[in-house]
Amino acid sequence: MQQLLILSGKGGTGKTTVASAFIKLLHARAYADCDVDAPNLHLVMSQHDEPKSTDYYGMPKAEIDLDLCIRCDLCRQNCRFDAINSGIGNIEYAVDFHACEGCGVCEVICPVEAIKLKPAIAGELMLYVGEAVFSTAQLKMGSGTSGMLVTEVKKQMTSVINDADIAIIDGSPGIGCPVIASLSGVDMVLIVTEPSVSGISDMERIIKTAQQFQTKIAVCINKYDTNLGNTRKIESFCQVMQLPLTGMIPYDPEAVKAVNNSQSIVDINCPSGQAVREVLRQTMQILLAPDDRKDGARWIK
Amino acid sequence: MKTAVLSGKGGTGKTLVSVNLAAASEEAVYIDCDVEEPNGYLFFKPEKVVAENVTVKIPLADEGLCDGCRKCTDFCKFNALAYINEKLLVFNEVCHSCGGCVLICPQKALTERDKTIGEIQKGVSEQVQVITGILNTGEASGIPIIKNLLQRIPSGHGDIFIDCPPGSACIVMESIKDADYCVLVAEPTLFGVHNLSLVHDLVKLFGKPHGVVLNKCLEGDNPSEKYCEENNIKILGKIPYDNELGTLNSNGLIAARESEKYRGIFAALLQVVTGEVRNATIIDS
Repeated sequence: MQQLLILSGKGGTGKTTVASAFIKLLHARAYADCDVDAPNLHLVMSQHDEPKSTDYYGMPKAEIDLDLCIRCDLCRQNCRFDAINSGIGNIEYAVDFHACEGCGVCEVICPVEAIKLKPAIAGELMLYVGEAVFSTAQLKMGSGTSGMLVTEVKKQMTSVINDADIAIIDGSPGIGCPVIASLSGVDMVLIVTEPSVSGISDMERIIKTAQQFQTKIAVCINKYDTNLGNTRKIESFCQVMQLPLTGMIPYDPEAVKAVNNSQSIVDINCPSGQAVREVLRQTMQILLAPDDRKDGARWIK
Repeated sequence: MKTAVLSGKGGTGKTLVSVNLAAASEEAVYIDCDVEEPNGYLFFKPEKVVAENVTVKIPLADEGLCDGCRKCTDFCKFNALAYINEKLLVFNEVCHSCGGCVLICPQKALTERDKTIGEIQKGVSEQVQVITGILNTGEASGIPIIKNLLQRIPSGHGDIFIDCPPGSACIVMESIKDADYCVLVAEPTLFGVHNLSLVHDLVKLFGKPHGVVLNKCLEGDNPSEKYCEENNIKILGKIPYDNELGTLNSNGLIAARESEKYRGIFAALLQVVTGEVRNATIIDS
């Protein structure tokens, strides 16, 4: 199963809009939303059935048994995450649930075994199985370990379907752990950028990040007509970097209307919906082209 | 006052709002906590830039002392250590720098060394001090940079604006921890309102006083505005979608410095925000 990941670096450039259009046009039988921080794909991919929900356990969290605690302060002194609220005055020792990363230093340093790591729910995984398989998740407010949850979302998808031709994966903004987790094992990354100085700067950083993985990379420009000067800069950047440009999508107020009606831009007749068809055609050509990379080059799979 | 600007969804205009509020202010500090994709400096183009590396601690094994007991590999919850072919391997990228392995090694074979994960740049743009955190590409977590950024907020330099990363995960939480007030920026789409509800939950969870700026407002229904009304959230201001602002912004220009019209819009917004922060502080004390 070929996996196509949509990324952007900068948020709000149109990852989900492009991903949902691709899914509809391809009648993709497998797709996933890896933006576990702020998932949106489910809003435009209407589902008939209720999803199967599973609790996601991230890193465990420390708990202090105050009956055993001798107030030696060693846990607080050794915690690198400032997650132990101290016993100054009459404030009792307690673990800051949000700051705790579950490393276990406090547990191992406590001389009286008053601290234990306990499993903690850090989010929810959802799996829709109908005509297609749709894997998504929602990270619990303020939680860490979003990279691990992203890996689970992808695993959840491949665990129920492996014979589909293609899987479309909607990624998250940024370049950090959730993005790195989403990149691992995909066949191709399509970067959706926009012609703003921020969009260009963020695109350059996401390309640098993606290049550390042995995956095909292509770029498409959304809202290209909002700044033609910057669009030309992106075109020449792609030329210099030898990155294929798979098309341009115009700014389209109809796209906003489609989203607000829980529709994809290919569900209605609109300029952006027309343009995205060409982006898909060119993207698929690159994805399906014979792989000229050496075997074994894909060090993460 | 310390104001954090956040949004949940990316691309709603966090940087637009925080940069222009700082530019409309008489004296301000702008702190870019979106360390994965920092953009504020592209607008401010700060001068007299001084850069400083941000480092984290990574374990270093002394092969002569290590006897292969594997206590450290068993301990490490992040799987950052492995003992293979009679050698201790450290996977820097997944190490959380907790220091646990160094603490428990019975042979004292582990020490720590500094590893650079990014940098902090400080500069000046007219009346605004610009402080930017930048994560190196390939690094997983920018949280140490954000912690570092927020520790060194200069005092007595007027209004402080914190430009947050998108989302509502740990990295955003870290950015708003010390803020007196949170400005949530929302766009008028179903995506926008869904993500607004997530950050709204986050600021409520942390008990932060907050209000919403509605950006990219078009004619017709605004689902984000409706959400604010239903949830009794103060609407601080509305910024219409218009080509002039879009063009200024996409060219990396600061609207409040380029045009009287936008200076007025952001000065008015600043006044509302300042009033809200003052109210919040009074209620708080």
